[in-house]
Amino acid sequence: MSRLPNQYITPDKRLNGTPTIMNATPNHPTAQPLIEASSIGFTRHKRDILRNANLQVYAKELVTLIGPNGAGKSTLIRILLGLLKPDAGRVIRRPDLRIGYMPQKVSIDPTLPLTVKGFLGLAGGDRNAVSQALALTDASHLENYAMQSLSGGEMQRVLLSRALYRKPHLLVLDEPVQGVDVAGQSKLYQLISNLRDELECGVLMVSHDLHIVMAATDRVVCLNQHICCEGHPEAVSTHPEFLQLFGKTEDTGIAIYTHHHDHTHDGSHSHDHACQGDHHA
Amino acid sequence: MPNFILYALLAGIGVALLTGPLGSFVVWRRMAYLGDTLAHSALFGVALGLLLSINLNIAIVAVCTTLALLFVAMQHNQSLATDTLLGILAHSSLALGLVAVAIIDSPSVNLFSYMFGDLLATSIKDIALIYGVGVIVLGLLIWFWRQLLSFTVQADLAKVEGINTTFIRTLLMVLLAVVIAVAMKVVGVLLVTALLIIPAATSRRLSKTPEQMAIVSALIGCLAVCGGLAASYWLNTPTGPSIVLSATTFFVISLSKKVAI
Repeated sequence: MSRLPNQYITPDKRLNGTPTIMNATPNHPTAQPLIEASSIGFTRHKRDILRNANLQVYAKELVTLIGPNGAGKSTLIRILLGLLKPDAGRVIRRPDLRIGYMPQKVSIDPTLPLTVKGFLGLAGGDRNAVSQALALTDASHLENYAMQSLSGGEMQRVLLSRALYRKPHLLVLDEPVQGVDVAGQSKLYQLISNLRDELECGVLMVSHDLHIVMAATDRVVCLNQHICCEGHPEAVSTHPEFLQLFGKTEDTGIAIYTHHHDHTHDGSHSHDHACQGDHHA
Repeated sequence: MPNFILYALLAGIGVALLTGPLGSFVVWRRMAYLGDTLAHSALFGVALGLLLSINLNIAIVAVCTTLALLFVAMQHNQSLATDTLLGILAHSSLALGLVAVAIIDSPSVNLFSYMFGDLLATSIKDIALIYGVGVIVLGLLIWFWRQLLSFTVQADLAKVEGINTTFIRTLLMVLLAVVIAVAMKVVGVLLVTALLIIPAATSRRLSKTPEQMAIVSALIGCLAVCGGLAASYWLNTPTGPSIVLSATTFFVISLSKKVAI
């Protein structure tokens, strides 16, 4: 195991073997969340997609929602956005909360002649804001391109611009790096983190890859039907339930997570070999 | 120019001005089959109108709109694929219309004219109806244009941004139903979708924005009506099919042009 695995975890949390929710937002103990989902339940085809799931996002906070496939991440996001009605529980929004949403994917019919500028304009409001929003994501040069001509990375930037266009209090990003190459991914995450600082909005982001988001995230929430654990990225990555979900499984490509976790506990970049034995033990 | 040709021309142009923009939505949202379904139900509207002795136009609009709303409701709890659902609705309503018309067996129903249109029999009253309805439909389209377009491009985003998507979806369906009921007069039940789709598809290649596509599509529809009527007049061909073929000609010509964007 890495040499400094526990430096981020307080002793009582280390001893705490049962899954509990770690309160990782000490800076907002009394603040009202931007949005709060409490005791959300969602059932489809007699399967529990979500059970008693709780989630809060506070102002200026960057929260990453992770979980295996089928954990209910997108469902929870859609419930928070009001696109789905939960079967149990409720969502409380701060009054007049403006949300900027970046969906996983937007596919526009080829028969619809729509430029990037026109796409952003669909959100209404001031047309001058279009170029500002595009400039924020370094996408100004795409303004007059057809939406259908964009590459994966360009599309993500344009979608992010649309989400920013209405000057949101809360940004909700559903797998924002989909279809972006690895080099582009960390750039995009960096951009999101910078935008959070610049615009002072809360960010809720769904991600598969804890490793890349680690640096920028304030709080990681691990979902598998219910909230398994949540807290600072370093703390979550050693949490027993988290390890059970991502760390111990060698099949279905999940091993990549194990690898990444060790990267991050360690805080160094030259430990790969040291980790190997532990992985396959 | 004889009066009946002038009336036909006015009616045809009025309808084309509506089918252009609405047809663009049909193409963007891939609702061609829905257009067919609504058109097929119109025949049942005719039968119902005769049975209840109410104005046939109103009966057709009522039946088309009801079916459109029924479709919205059924689509909400999706257990069937949309095309299966539409297939059931389209053919059941057409069969129902044919059976109902046969049972009523009224001498005033010329089935053929409903199937293929009867533009040359347009009366002043028909023209008043087309333009009256037209002003309302175009007014609503312009008023709700951004919402309709935003909903068409990405419904989830539109909803998060505060658009009432249930209302917009219903509005689009009702507008489509009304336009189909009106356009039936020109080309008939079987060809009405052509008037929605072909001008819009032609316009696609010439347009850089959705607004441009809607307007150009309306103009192409008008040209198709003029061309079809002229052919019908000089060559003595049936009017509705001639208009559709004239639109098809424009579409084929447009294929030689590169897509604008």
